[in-house]
Amino acid sequence: MSARTGVATLCYVYAVARDTPELDAIARRLGAVGPAASPLRAVRAEGWAAFVSDVPADRFGEEGLRAQLDDLGRLEQLARAHHEVVAALFGTLTVLPMRLASVYADDAGVRGMLALSARTFEPLLQRLDGRREFGVKVYAEPRPASRTPAAGGPAASGREYLRMRRAQREGERRSYGEAEAMAERVLERAGQFAVACVRHRPQAGVLSSAAGENVANLAFLVPAAQEDAFRAALDALGSVRPGVRVEVTGPWAPYSFATTAAAQEETHAS
Amino acid sequence: MLPEPRDAAPAQRQVALIDLLDRLLNGGAVLTGDVVLSVADVDLVHINLRAVIRSLGPGAPAPW
Repeated sequence: MSARTGVATLCYVYAVARDTPELDAIARRLGAVGPAASPLRAVRAEGWAAFVSDVPADRFGEEGLRAQLDDLGRLEQLARAHHEVVAALFGTLTVLPMRLASVYADDAGVRGMLALSARTFEPLLQRLDGRREFGVKVYAEPRPASRTPAAGGPAASGREYLRMRRAQREGERRSYGEAEAMAERVLERAGQFAVACVRHRPQAGVLSSAAGENVANLAFLVPAAQEDAFRAALDALGSVRPGVRVEVTGPWAPYSFATTAAAQEETHAS
Repeated sequence: MLPEPRDAAPAQRQVALIDLLDRLLNGGAVLTGDVVLSVADVDLVHINLRAVIRSLGPGAPAPW
Protein backbone atom coordinates (compact mmCIF):
# COMPACT_ATOMS: atom_id res chain seq x y z
CA MET A 1 0.00 0.00 0.00
CA SER A 2 1.47 3.33 -1.01
CA ALA A 3 1.44 5.82 1.84
CA ARG A 4 1.23 8.61 -0.69
CA THR A 5 -1.88 7.65 -2.61
CA GLY A 6 -3.56 4.88 -0.64
CA VAL A 7 -3.55 2.69 -3.76
CA ALA A 8 -2.43 -0.92 -3.35
CA THR A 9 1.10 -1.29 -4.71
CA LEU A 10 3.76 -3.92 -5.28
CA CYS A 11 7.53 -3.61 -5.47
CA TYR A 12 9.15 -3.82 -8.93
CA VAL A 13 12.87 -4.66 -8.78
CA TYR A 14 15.19 -3.43 -11.58
CA ALA A 15 18.65 -4.32 -10.36
CA VAL A 16 20.80 -5.23 -7.38
CA ALA A 17 24.01 -3.46 -6.34
CA ARG A 18 26.47 -3.44 -3.45
CA ASP A 19 25.06 -1.25 -0.70
CA THR A 20 26.84 2.09 -0.54
CA PRO A 21 25.71 5.44 0.89
CA GLU A 22 25.48 7.10 -2.53
CA LEU A 23 22.77 4.75 -3.81
CA ASP A 24 20.04 7.04 -2.44
CA ALA A 25 21.43 10.03 -4.33
CA ILE A 26 21.64 7.94 -7.53
CA ALA A 27 18.04 6.82 -7.10
CA ARG A 28 16.88 10.38 -6.42
CA ARG A 29 18.66 11.66 -9.49
CA LEU A 30 16.78 9.19 -11.69
CA GLY A 31 13.53 10.36 -10.11
CA ALA A 32 10.18 8.90 -11.12
CA VAL A 33 10.70 5.79 -13.20
CA GLY A 34 9.20 2.61 -14.46
CA PRO A 35 5.75 1.56 -15.58
CA ALA A 36 3.99 3.69 -12.94
CA ALA A 37 6.37 6.67 -12.99
CA SER A 38 7.01 6.33 -9.26
CA PRO A 39 10.20 7.30 -7.39
CA LEU A 40 13.17 4.97 -7.71
CA ARG A 41 14.54 3.96 -4.30
CA ALA A 42 17.01 1.56 -2.72
CA VAL A 43 15.84 -1.27 -0.45
CA ARG A 44 18.70 -2.69 1.62
CA ALA A 45 19.65 -5.90 3.41
CA GLU A 46 22.93 -7.58 4.40
CA GLY A 47 25.24 -5.31 2.45
CA TRP A 48 23.15 -5.42 -0.71
CA ALA A 49 20.61 -3.05 -2.20
CA ALA A 50 17.80 -3.49 -4.70
CA PHE A 51 16.65 -0.58 -6.85
CA VAL A 52 12.86 -0.67 -6.79
CA SER A 53 9.81 1.42 -7.57
CA ASP A 54 6.18 0.96 -6.58
CA VAL A 55 3.79 -0.35 -9.22
CA PRO A 56 0.00 -0.72 -9.01
CA ALA A 57 -1.09 -4.10 -7.66
CA ASP A 58 -3.87 -4.51 -10.20
CA ARG A 59 -1.51 -4.37 -13.18
CA PHE A 60 1.40 -6.19 -11.51
CA GLY A 61 -0.32 -8.92 -9.56
CA GLU A 62 -0.23 -12.39 -11.06
CA GLU A 63 -3.21 -11.91 -13.36
CA GLY A 64 -2.31 -8.36 -14.39
CA LEU A 65 1.27 -9.31 -15.09
CA ARG A 66 0.28 -12.30 -17.15
CA ALA A 67 -2.01 -10.13 -19.25
CA GLN A 68 0.75 -7.54 -19.73
CA LEU A 69 3.32 -10.09 -20.78
CA ASP A 70 0.93 -11.68 -23.24
CA ASP A 71 0.21 -8.41 -25.05
CA LEU A 72 3.07 -7.37 -27.31
CA GLY A 73 2.33 -3.64 -27.04
CA ARG A 74 2.21 -3.68 -23.25
CA LEU A 75 5.19 -6.00 -23.09
CA GLU A 76 7.17 -3.49 -25.14
CA GLN A 77 6.21 -0.63 -22.82
CA LEU A 78 7.25 -2.63 -19.78
CA ALA A 79 10.49 -3.83 -21.38
CA ARG A 80 11.50 -0.31 -22.39
CA ALA A 81 10.61 1.12 -18.97
CA HIS A 82 12.68 -1.60 -17.28
CA HIS A 83 15.58 -1.11 -19.67
CA GLU A 84 15.61 2.66 -19.22
CA VAL A 85 16.16 2.28 -15.47
CA VAL A 86 18.74 -0.49 -15.76
CA ALA A 87 20.68 1.33 -18.47
CA ALA A 88 20.75 4.56 -16.44
CA LEU A 89 21.94 2.71 -13.32
CA PHE A 90 24.50 0.74 -15.31
CA GLY A 91 25.97 4.00 -16.61
CA THR A 92 26.73 4.96 -13.00
CA LEU A 93 27.71 1.77 -11.16
CA THR A 94 28.01 -1.99 -11.53
CA VAL A 95 24.57 -3.52 -11.15
CA LEU A 96 23.12 -6.98 -11.51
CA PRO A 97 20.14 -6.49 -13.84
CA MET A 98 17.01 -8.43 -12.90
CA ARG A 99 14.86 -10.37 -15.32
CA LEU A 100 11.77 -8.58 -16.60
CA ALA A 101 8.81 -8.48 -14.23
CA SER A 102 10.58 -9.29 -10.97
CA VAL A 103 7.82 -8.12 -8.67
CA TYR A 104 7.68 -8.56 -4.89
CA ALA A 105 4.79 -8.03 -2.53
CA ASP A 106 6.52 -5.30 -0.52
CA ASP A 107 9.86 -4.03 0.79
CA ALA A 108 10.04 -6.89 3.28
CA GLY A 109 9.73 -9.33 0.38
CA VAL A 110 12.62 -7.60 -1.39
CA ARG A 111 14.74 -7.68 1.77
CA GLY A 112 13.98 -11.37 2.10
CA MET A 113 15.13 -11.95 -1.49
CA LEU A 114 18.37 -10.01 -0.84
CA ALA A 115 19.06 -12.02 2.32
CA LEU A 116 18.33 -15.34 0.59
CA SER A 117 20.57 -14.62 -2.40
CA ALA A 118 23.26 -12.57 -0.65
CA ARG A 119 25.93 -15.21 -1.10
CA THR A 120 25.44 -15.45 -4.86
CA PHE A 121 25.68 -11.69 -5.54
CA GLU A 122 29.39 -11.10 -4.99
CA PRO A 123 30.72 -13.60 -7.57
CA LEU A 124 28.10 -12.46 -10.09
CA LEU A 125 28.87 -8.77 -9.63
CA GLN A 126 32.63 -9.31 -9.62
CA ARG A 127 32.31 -10.89 -13.01
CA LEU A 128 30.43 -7.83 -14.33
CA ASP A 129 32.74 -5.15 -12.87
CA GLY A 130 34.32 -3.04 -15.61
CA ARG A 131 32.66 -5.05 -18.39
CA ARG A 132 29.85 -4.41 -20.85
CA GLU A 133 27.75 -6.65 -23.03
CA PHE A 134 27.77 -6.54 -26.82
CA GLY A 135 25.43 -8.39 -29.13
CA VAL A 136 26.73 -9.89 -32.37
CA LYS A 137 24.28 -11.25 -34.92
CA VAL A 138 25.30 -13.11 -38.06
CA TYR A 139 22.88 -13.14 -40.99
CA ALA A 140 22.77 -15.14 -44.19
CA GLU A 141 21.72 -12.94 -47.09
CA PRO A 142 20.90 -15.12 -50.08
CA ARG A 143 21.96 -13.43 -53.32
CA PRO A 144 20.18 -13.78 -56.63
CA ALA A 145 21.69 -16.68 -58.56
CA SER A 146 23.86 -14.64 -60.86
CA ARG A 147 25.03 -17.51 -63.06
CA THR A 148 21.52 -18.29 -64.20
CA PRO A 149 21.12 -16.81 -67.71
CA ALA A 150 17.77 -15.17 -67.06
CA ALA A 151 18.46 -14.15 -63.44
CA GLY A 152 16.08 -11.43 -62.35
CA GLY A 153 13.96 -11.77 -65.46
CA PRO A 154 10.98 -14.00 -66.19
CA ALA A 155 11.68 -17.65 -66.90
CA ALA A 156 11.45 -18.55 -70.59
CA SER A 157 10.14 -22.06 -69.89
CA GLY A 158 9.17 -24.46 -67.13
CA ARG A 159 12.58 -26.06 -67.30
CA GLU A 160 14.24 -22.67 -67.12
CA TYR A 161 12.08 -21.80 -64.11
CA LEU A 162 13.12 -24.98 -62.30
CA ARG A 163 16.75 -24.30 -63.06
CA MET A 164 16.42 -20.82 -61.59
CA ARG A 165 14.69 -22.13 -58.47
CA ARG A 166 17.39 -24.74 -58.01
CA ALA A 167 20.13 -22.17 -58.39
CA GLN A 168 18.36 -19.92 -55.92
CA ARG A 169 18.05 -22.70 -53.33
CA GLU A 170 21.68 -23.56 -53.82
CA GLY A 171 22.58 -19.92 -53.29
CA GLU A 172 20.57 -19.90 -50.09
CA ARG A 173 22.24 -23.04 -48.82
CA ARG A 174 25.66 -21.68 -49.66
CA SER A 175 24.92 -18.39 -47.98
CA TYR A 176 23.63 -20.18 -44.89
CA GLY A 177 26.76 -22.32 -44.73
CA GLU A 178 28.99 -19.27 -45.11
CA ALA A 179 27.07 -17.49 -42.38
CA GLU A 180 27.56 -20.44 -40.05
CA ALA A 181 31.27 -20.47 -40.82
CA MET A 182 31.30 -16.75 -40.10
CA ALA A 183 29.61 -17.35 -36.74
CA GLU A 184 32.42 -19.74 -35.84
CA ARG A 185 35.00 -17.13 -36.80
CA VAL A 186 33.17 -14.51 -34.75
CA LEU A 187 33.22 -16.82 -31.73
CA GLU A 188 36.92 -17.44 -32.21
CA ARG A 189 38.10 -13.89 -32.99
CA ALA A 190 35.75 -11.83 -30.83
CA GLY A 191 36.11 -14.47 -28.11
CA GLN A 192 39.76 -13.50 -27.78
CA PHE A 193 38.71 -10.13 -26.37
CA ALA A 194 35.66 -11.22 -24.41
CA VAL A 195 35.57 -13.03 -21.09
CA ALA A 196 32.29 -14.80 -21.72
CA CYS A 197 29.81 -15.61 -24.48
CA VAL A 198 26.14 -16.58 -24.43
CA ARG A 199 24.14 -17.84 -27.42
CA HIS A 200 20.61 -16.54 -27.73
CA ARG A 201 18.10 -18.16 -30.06
CA PRO A 202 18.39 -16.95 -33.65
CA GLN A 203 15.82 -14.22 -34.24
CA ALA A 204 12.83 -14.80 -36.48
CA GLY A 205 9.27 -13.63 -36.97
CA VAL A 206 7.65 -10.22 -37.26
CA LEU A 207 9.82 -8.60 -34.60
CA SER A 208 12.90 -9.48 -36.58
CA SER A 209 12.73 -6.88 -39.31
CA ALA A 210 16.35 -7.26 -40.42
CA ALA A 211 17.02 -8.59 -43.90
CA GLY A 212 18.30 -12.12 -44.33
CA GLU A 213 18.16 -15.07 -41.99
CA ASN A 214 19.64 -14.78 -38.53
CA VAL A 215 22.03 -17.70 -38.16
CA ALA A 216 23.73 -16.80 -34.88
CA ASN A 217 22.62 -14.47 -32.10
CA LEU A 218 25.50 -14.06 -29.67
CA ALA A 219 26.23 -11.95 -26.62
CA PHE A 220 29.77 -11.21 -25.43
CA LEU A 221 30.92 -9.82 -22.11
CA VAL A 222 33.81 -7.48 -22.90
CA PRO A 223 36.22 -5.74 -20.48
CA ALA A 224 36.39 -1.97 -21.03
CA ALA A 225 40.08 -2.18 -21.95
CA GLN A 226 39.30 -4.69 -24.72
CA GLU A 227 36.33 -2.94 -26.34
CA ASP A 228 38.32 -1.28 -29.12
CA ALA A 229 40.10 -4.49 -30.04
CA PHE A 230 36.82 -6.40 -29.90
CA ARG A 231 35.15 -3.95 -32.30
CA ALA A 232 38.15 -3.89 -34.61
CA ALA A 233 38.15 -7.69 -34.82
CA LEU A 234 34.46 -7.69 -35.71
CA ASP A 235 34.85 -4.88 -38.24
CA ALA A 236 37.58 -6.87 -39.97
CA LEU A 237 35.36 -9.95 -40.10
CA GLY A 238 32.22 -8.09 -41.11
CA SER A 239 33.61 -6.83 -44.39
CA VAL A 240 34.92 -10.15 -45.68
CA ARG A 241 32.16 -11.98 -47.52
CA PRO A 242 29.16 -11.13 -49.62
CA GLY A 243 26.04 -13.03 -48.60
CA VAL A 244 26.92 -12.75 -44.92
CA ARG A 245 26.22 -9.82 -42.65
CA VAL A 246 27.52 -9.21 -39.15
CA GLU A 247 25.60 -6.81 -36.92
CA VAL A 248 26.82 -5.50 -33.59
CA THR A 249 24.54 -4.07 -30.88
CA GLY A 250 25.43 -2.46 -27.59
CA PRO A 251 26.97 -1.66 -25.30
CA TRP A 252 24.30 -3.23 -23.12
CA ALA A 253 24.00 -3.62 -19.40
CA PRO A 254 25.13 -7.23 -18.91
CA TYR A 255 21.66 -8.80 -18.95
CA SER A 256 22.84 -11.97 -20.68
CA PHE A 257 25.50 -12.54 -18.02
CA ALA A 258 23.43 -11.90 -14.93
CA THR A 259 22.11 -15.43 -14.57
CA THR A 260 23.84 -18.16 -12.64
CA ALA A 261 23.31 -20.40 -15.67
CA ALA A 262 25.29 -17.96 -17.83
CA ALA A 263 28.06 -18.00 -15.22
CA GLN A 264 28.31 -21.75 -15.51
CA GLU A 265 28.20 -21.85 -19.30
CA GLU A 266 30.70 -19.12 -19.93
CA THR A 267 33.60 -19.81 -22.21
CA HIS A 268 36.80 -18.26 -21.00
CA ALA A 269 39.25 -16.83 -23.48
CA SER A 270 42.78 -18.02 -22.99
CA MET B 1 28.50 -2.47 -39.14
CA LEU B 2 28.49 0.92 -37.47
CA PRO B 3 30.64 1.18 -34.37
CA GLU B 4 28.90 3.17 -31.65
CA PRO B 5 30.72 6.00 -30.00
CA ARG B 6 32.36 4.47 -27.02
CA ASP B 7 30.80 6.67 -24.40
CA ALA B 8 27.25 6.53 -25.70
CA ALA B 9 24.95 5.74 -22.78
CA PRO B 10 22.91 2.63 -23.57
CA ALA B 11 19.64 4.44 -22.77
CA GLN B 12 20.17 7.19 -25.32
CA ARG B 13 19.41 5.05 -28.34
CA GLN B 14 16.20 3.24 -29.11
CA VAL B 15 17.19 -0.40 -29.09
CA ALA B 16 15.36 -2.99 -31.18
CA LEU B 17 12.58 -4.62 -29.19
CA ILE B 18 13.64 -8.11 -30.23
CA ASP B 19 17.20 -7.56 -28.94
CA LEU B 20 15.76 -6.21 -25.70
CA LEU B 21 13.39 -9.15 -25.24
CA ASP B 22 16.21 -11.64 -25.88
CA ARG B 23 17.94 -10.12 -22.89
CA LEU B 24 15.07 -9.29 -20.57
CA LEU B 25 13.25 -12.61 -20.96
CA ASN B 26 16.25 -14.96 -21.18
CA GLY B 27 18.81 -12.94 -19.23
CA GLY B 28 18.66 -10.94 -16.05
CA ALA B 29 19.04 -12.35 -12.58
CA VAL B 30 16.30 -14.66 -11.39
CA LEU B 31 16.15 -14.59 -7.63
CA THR B 32 14.05 -16.43 -5.16
CA GLY B 33 11.78 -15.05 -2.53
CA ASP B 34 8.29 -13.70 -2.44
CA VAL B 35 7.84 -13.09 -6.18
CA VAL B 36 4.40 -12.42 -7.57
CA LEU B 37 4.75 -14.52 -10.70
CA SER B 38 7.09 -17.47 -10.71
CA VAL B 39 9.96 -17.60 -13.16
CA ALA B 40 8.60 -20.75 -14.74
CA ASP B 41 5.40 -18.87 -15.55
CA VAL B 42 7.33 -16.07 -17.17
CA ASP B 43 9.19 -18.62 -19.24
CA LEU B 44 5.89 -20.09 -20.34
CA VAL B 45 4.60 -16.69 -21.36
CA HIS B 46 7.81 -16.19 -23.28
CA ILE B 47 7.45 -19.44 -25.14
CA ASN B 48 3.86 -18.55 -26.05
CA LEU B 49 4.96 -15.17 -27.24
CA ARG B 50 7.75 -16.65 -29.32
CA ALA B 51 5.29 -18.98 -30.95
CA VAL B 52 2.98 -16.09 -31.79
CA ILE B 53 5.78 -13.97 -33.16
CA ARG B 54 7.06 -16.81 -35.29
CA SER B 55 3.69 -17.94 -36.60
CA LEU B 56 3.12 -14.44 -37.97
CA GLY B 57 6.48 -14.37 -39.70
CA PRO B 58 7.76 -16.07 -42.84
CA GLY B 59 7.43 -19.83 -42.63
CA ALA B 60 10.96 -20.81 -41.71
CA PRO B 61 11.29 -23.88 -39.48
CA ALA B 62 11.92 -23.18 -35.81
CA PRO B 63 15.59 -23.58 -34.91
CA TRP B 64 14.76 -25.07 -31.50
